[in-house]
Amino acid sequence: LGGGGAMGESAYSFSLTTFSPSGKLVQIEHALNAVNQGHTSLGIKALDGVVIATEKKLPTTLVDGSTVQKTSLITEQCGLVYSGMGPDSRVLARKARKAAQAYWQLYHEPIPVAQLVREVATVMQEFTQSGGVRPFGVSLLVAGYDRGGPQLYQVDPSGTYFAWKASAIGKNMNNAKDFLEKRYNEEMELEDAIHTALLTLKEGFEGALDEHNVELGVVGRDRAFRVLTPAEVADYLQEVDM
Amino acid sequence: GEAMSIQTYNGAAIIAMSGQECVAIASDLRFGVQNQTLACDHKKVYRMHDRLYMGLSGLATDAQTLYKRFVFKHNLYRLREERDMRPQTFASMVSATLYEKRFGPYFVEPVIAGLDPEEGHAPFIAGMDSLGAMETAKDFMCAGTNSESLLGVCETFYRPGLGPEELFEVISQCMLSGVDRDALAGWGAVVYVISKDQCIARTLKGRMD
Repeated sequence: LGGGGAMGESAYSFSLTTFSPSGKLVQIEHALNAVNQGHTSLGIKALDGVVIATEKKLPTTLVDGSTVQKTSLITEQCGLVYSGMGPDSRVLARKARKAAQAYWQLYHEPIPVAQLVREVATVMQEFTQSGGVRPFGVSLLVAGYDRGGPQLYQVDPSGTYFAWKASAIGKNMNNAKDFLEKRYNEEMELEDAIHTALLTLKEGFEGALDEHNVELGVVGRDRAFRVLTPAEVADYLQEVDM
Repeated sequence: GEAMSIQTYNGAAIIAMSGQECVAIASDLRFGVQNQTLACDHKKVYRMHDRLYMGLSGLATDAQTLYKRFVFKHNLYRLREERDMRPQTFASMVSATLYEKRFGPYFVEPVIAGLDPEEGHAPFIAGMDSLGAMETAKDFMCAGTNSESLLGVCETFYRPGLGPEELFEVISQCMLSGVDRDALAGWGAVVYVISKDQCIARTLKGRMD
């Protein structure tokens, strides 16, 4: 596997991600820097569902925000959000969707969230050990609901993945995680989690948080992942301000 | 002897039946090469896990190879997903595996019987042709060199809602009568009755001809 999709002979049959004498893979460290410069995203797992949220800061007011969607639906039951390089996230979302469909075609069963995460993480790891490619410049938060209940996973550029009760990635991740640690409790329900997610994003947000600069993705017991409409987000924001 | 089709080279009879919170699957025990019988202890029902069994009729070498391939796939599945495969999932996988060889197929006809761990151990039976065209059934599924006879006798004797003991009696009578008119199948039979907590295997004494 190599060439990152380019067919035929590549002059780069060697990996660009190589060890430093201290045992680090410097390219992965740099990739994590790219993630940490990206817009903040977070996820919270509740008793009856998962919510993932991301800042949607557009570079100028000239951009048609209504066409921008940072949350990707992968299967009916699960979706993901990212921090870091948008185009890299699109590539991974595409590969994740394909992996999910291949699973469906073989087993006629929706792919369990953990298996999907494993496959995406495997791809990300391969790009740290293949010829002529660079690691992905994103961390992903994957939210889904399957027979194992609600689940939230984080996948990093190295291909490491963890299941989380609540997590944040991107620019404001440290403050956000501190906030989440205080606010999170195991008995939380989805509605509470959505409020907490908005409050957490609000903490580190420059300016006013409104339904146009935040995106919320939720999946509940109905096992149907969806991105909330701006109107729904506005309602939640109102509840949070009260 | 005369030229025989590849589907009748070895000979087999397989029946699966569904009952009340149980399923049964049976096969004959003959192993032969055309008209020559070589063994009378050749089972054609294979265990995938405690609540999932598969019968493979048709060419014996393909049945053996496929069984090994499915054990391989199921073992990897178990390691990855930390659970046994549901019967319907396994059946989909068998179907996909057979279709991969669409233009050079395995000469087998599988019959799958099991209990679904997700739906309260509900009975599941299915069968398919050698290209993987699958059909599920609520009552029974047959395959083999004389599958028409097997279907006829199942149609006559089967009733729904049988418990494990009754199901055993019915499927055994169907198997023993069904292979009587088949020169290439018979020489005894083996019957597995699968319930939530146990699986009982019994060997039937039949006409050894």
